[in-house]
Amino acid sequence: MIMTSGLRKTFEGGVEAVRGVDLTVRAGEIVALLGPNGASKTTTMRMLTTLLRPTAGTATVAGRDLLTDPRGVRGRIGYVSQGGGIAPAEPVGEQLELHALLYGMRPAAARRRVAETLERFGLTHLAGRPGAALSGGQRRRFDLAFGLVHGPSLLFLDEPTTGLDPQSRADLADHLRRLRAEEGLTVLLTTHYLDEADALADRLVVVDHGAVIAEGTPAEIRGGAGTLDEAFLALTGRSLRDGGPGTAGVAGTVGAGERGTA
Amino acid sequence: MNGVLRETWLVLRYNVRLALRQRAGMVFSALQPLLYLVLFGPLFAAVGTWEVLVPGLLVQLGLFSAGLAGFGVVFDARSGVLERLRVTPAHRAALLLGRVLGGSLTLLLQSAALVAVGYAFGLRAPLAGVLAGLVLMALLGIGLAALSNAIALVMNPDLFAPVMSTAVVPLTLLSGAFLPMSMAPGWLDALSRVTPFRYVVEAVRELFAGRYLTPAVAAGAAVTAVLAAVCVAAGTRVFNRENA
Repeated sequence: MIMTSGLRKTFEGGVEAVRGVDLTVRAGEIVALLGPNGASKTTTMRMLTTLLRPTAGTATVAGRDLLTDPRGVRGRIGYVSQGGGIAPAEPVGEQLELHALLYGMRPAAARRRVAETLERFGLTHLAGRPGAALSGGQRRRFDLAFGLVHGPSLLFLDEPTTGLDPQSRADLADHLRRLRAEEGLTVLLTTHYLDEADALADRLVVVDHGAVIAEGTPAEIRGGAGTLDEAFLALTGRSLRDGGPGTAGVAGTVGAGERGTA
Repeated sequence: MNGVLRETWLVLRYNVRLALRQRAGMVFSALQPLLYLVLFGPLFAAVGTWEVLVPGLLVQLGLFSAGLAGFGVVFDARSGVLERLRVTPAHRAALLLGRVLGGSLTLLLQSAALVAVGYAFGLRAPLAGVLAGLVLMALLGIGLAALSNAIALVMNPDLFAPVMSTAVVPLTLLSGAFLPMSMAPGWLDALSRVTPFRYVVEAVRELFAGRYLTPAVAAGAAVTAVLAAVCVAAGTRVFNRENA
């Protein structure tokens, strides 16, 4: 479903945010890109979703070539960014309908899909509300609805549980597993939470400083270590949570590049 | 239906619905020219005519309404809406054009309202001239809204509001909106000739006076059309940037 080879991103000013990522995600997998802040998870995801043009490398995403057919890629993927994309003033249901229509759905089909999607996430009663009137958990569910309303085969989730309470996190995990079971959805998500990666994903790809440093099932990554945190320490020589000694400078520069937008 | 046209129509329809729902915003962006009409117009009419003042106020309205249309993009960029739309397969030109046409349509509605109020105060322009003037305003709205959207994407979002709302003031004054530039000293007259909006004001004045086939109308129409074409092209380029 995703296959990249030597994917690179060098920002203006020479910051090498992503330095040659080779990544394979098979259909029906839920894969987590795991790494500390500044590891360039977001930059990698923004390249795979056509928001940033890679400096070098090739990739096939959802059966389409990322470089030669970005619109083809866009039509087949769903993407939920870190902050989501809900306008504060307009009713969310109308925003969702426009979003569905822009995927080329006919009006009747779009309305039906919007209704189904709202139903699935328990949002039907909130469709008339403006974005600003939603709680954090409701917003996140709507974000997911935006990512899925057109029925993509591949979903990208950037830091999907940031700001969610434990119950909403568990709900998200349930939703993803159900979507995979029912519709064969493939998911690539990013996270810097170890427990989240462990709970959500079948396979972890550990990235740091713009490169893949390990990949495998949560159990494989854990290895002899008791927790993923320890495993990460063993892999990178620094702790996942605090950035560790002597790395703050490097992580800082890459982080600045990671925020670069289209 | 052709993809770009269909998508432009979808975005336009959405923006128009939004504008109609937020009528307060539409009234507010037309408030300044309206205040000039009501509180300055009667004074101006003592020395000039309504047919000279109202065209000037229409161009002022264009600058304050369509010229600040980029605010929408600033908000949409901040709330992540723009990025969400950029990941759909919709053409990015359509995402721009739908907004721009929405801004132009809003300006057209506001212009019609301003002219109607002008009639109540004593404006006596021929209908054909008014309609031709409104066509020019719609075209001006396309150019200004495209330019404003492009600037909004390029400029630091925190600076957009203060810079743009300041920039429209000298542009309005230099257009000769309030008093004809023929009264200006040489240097001011020369400066105003460099800005496109002077030609639009002069063309609409001719049209409101019932003179249609004059050099001033031709110049105003040409300047407006070129402005629209250049700004839409520039806006499309900006919207397409970082297009992998």
